[in-house]
Amino acid sequence: MLQVVCIKQVPDTETRVKVAGDGRTLDPTGVTWVMNPFDEFAVEGALQVKEKAGAGEVVVISLGGAGVQTTLRNSLAMGADRAIHLKNDTAAPDSLAVAKALAAAIRELNPQLVWLGKSASDDDAAQVGPMLSELLGLPCVTVAASFALEGTVAKVEREIEGGREQIEVPLPAVITCDKGLNQPRYPSLKGIMAAKKKTIEERAIDLGAAHVELVALELPPARAAGRIVGEGAAAVPELVRALREDAKVI
Amino acid sequence: MSILVFVEQRDGRVRSVSREALGQATALAAAFGGPVVGVCCAAADPGLAALGEAGAEQVLFAQHEAFASYDGAGYAAAVAAAIAAVKPKVVLFAGSSMGRDLAPRVAAKVDAGLATDCTALVVDGGKLVATRPVYAGKALQKVSFPGALALVTLRPKAFAAPEAQPGKSAAVSALAFTWDASAPRAKVAAVVGASGGKVDLTEAEAIVAGGRGMKGPEHFAMLEELAGVLGASVGASRAVVDAGWRGHGDQVGQTGKTVSPKLYVAVGISGAIQHLAGMSSSRCIVAINKDPEAPIFKVADYGIVGDLFEVVPALTAAIKQLH
Repeated sequence: MLQVVCIKQVPDTETRVKVAGDGRTLDPTGVTWVMNPFDEFAVEGALQVKEKAGAGEVVVISLGGAGVQTTLRNSLAMGADRAIHLKNDTAAPDSLAVAKALAAAIRELNPQLVWLGKSASDDDAAQVGPMLSELLGLPCVTVAASFALEGTVAKVEREIEGGREQIEVPLPAVITCDKGLNQPRYPSLKGIMAAKKKTIEERAIDLGAAHVELVALELPPARAAGRIVGEGAAAVPELVRALREDAKVI
Repeated sequence: MSILVFVEQRDGRVRSVSREALGQATALAAAFGGPVVGVCCAAADPGLAALGEAGAEQVLFAQHEAFASYDGAGYAAAVAAAIAAVKPKVVLFAGSSMGRDLAPRVAAKVDAGLATDCTALVVDGGKLVATRPVYAGKALQKVSFPGALALVTLRPKAFAAPEAQPGKSAAVSALAFTWDASAPRAKVAAVVGASGGKVDLTEAEAIVAGGRGMKGPEHFAMLEELAGVLGASVGASRAVVDAGWRGHGDQVGQTGKTVSPKLYVAVGISGAIQHLAGMSSSRCIVAINKDPEAPIFKVADYGIVGDLFEVVPALTAAIKQLH
């Protein structure tokens, strides 16, 4: 069975955000680029399904500039079989355009499962997964917290406000992954060596017109300096007074 | 031009996040000069006429027996039909677990731009500009929509629910839509712990969160007690979740949830940048930490330096006395 994992390269979560000269995007100077943390669960999910089946192929796809090949190579080192790089240098492209480009590449692979992270930790849009499902005409479960394949039906749980939905979805399907779905593996030395021989197929793509236009990227207003109310339990009465009378939140 | 609002219901009740959306729709409708129209997917009418009190002039009711629980594909078909019927300028969804799943499907169906998790909307020269936190709140992105239609999801708690207009009622009509429920689809088999369960962090009025300073999972009972008297939900730092002390759903921060409660009490949390990103849009932040140099004090409105095992029980007792 063929599975596809869509991965995105993002700034490390420790990154301090600086705005680029265009006033609309991130200044990439000094940024460490990593695989979107939620995509690691997607790669691991696909690898576990392949290992349980004892056969199959895991194809990873990423859209972005030349730099994303490091992240693709990393997923190949984790155990994915081959990669497709949709080459495009647009900074912060809009989600629907990305979903259309991914859908075009995925359609011809005819996968049984398409995996993504629940969102990307840079733009936090959480759009591409469910958009892909509509474009591909496949059922979809977003924000999966658990996944079990029984024949051609996946049993998936997702967190909702105050509870969990238990969902049954027939394959082929699109799954977006939450933290906690599994424990992503680290690439082994053997995996890293093997990844060097695996193929990354490059395809130049045109994203077409944007559906959303970037107007500005700004830093949030700094919080006004607070105050240390005091030390230890003795400070509690003053804290309670301030919360009640000044901040009016209790 | 009208503003369409997806009205979210669960277990036959309209959720409060949809009232926040109706309130914001009323403000946009004033700017664009059109009515506020709701669209609701359900198996039975959850009392939609009463949404007039929250500002809806009209509500389209998409009824299907499969809509007793959420169905992404079916709901998307219905909302797309509502868009075709109403031709709105803007469609608003709550940025809830349902809205986050549904809005991108609808955007793909109707080929329109979508801005998710927005915290502010302004109309500037006839153009809608949406503000949305990115990098988990380390920056704010402002976006506009080149097309005729804009889709937006609103971060829960970022917009106030409108003042009720007692006695006003919305005109409810059936929405015609086509959807093949026999096609392969994801079906909700069961919902566990949904009613009477805790309030989700993203929708909580107050949050008490614990970090590594809690020293072990057993001490979270102390935070549960403080949360109990505050009417708060309990959250946790990444270190705590990664250590297995709390479930993943409790994590606040860049790889967890981004929250904006009225009151956020950080207990034994040093304030790593990825945690601060997820909670610094809270209205009022309280930090309790033994290290006076902890970065959390830089974003806190009020701080107490001290042993949390003494401060938290004292705080719980003091708040109990208020009631």
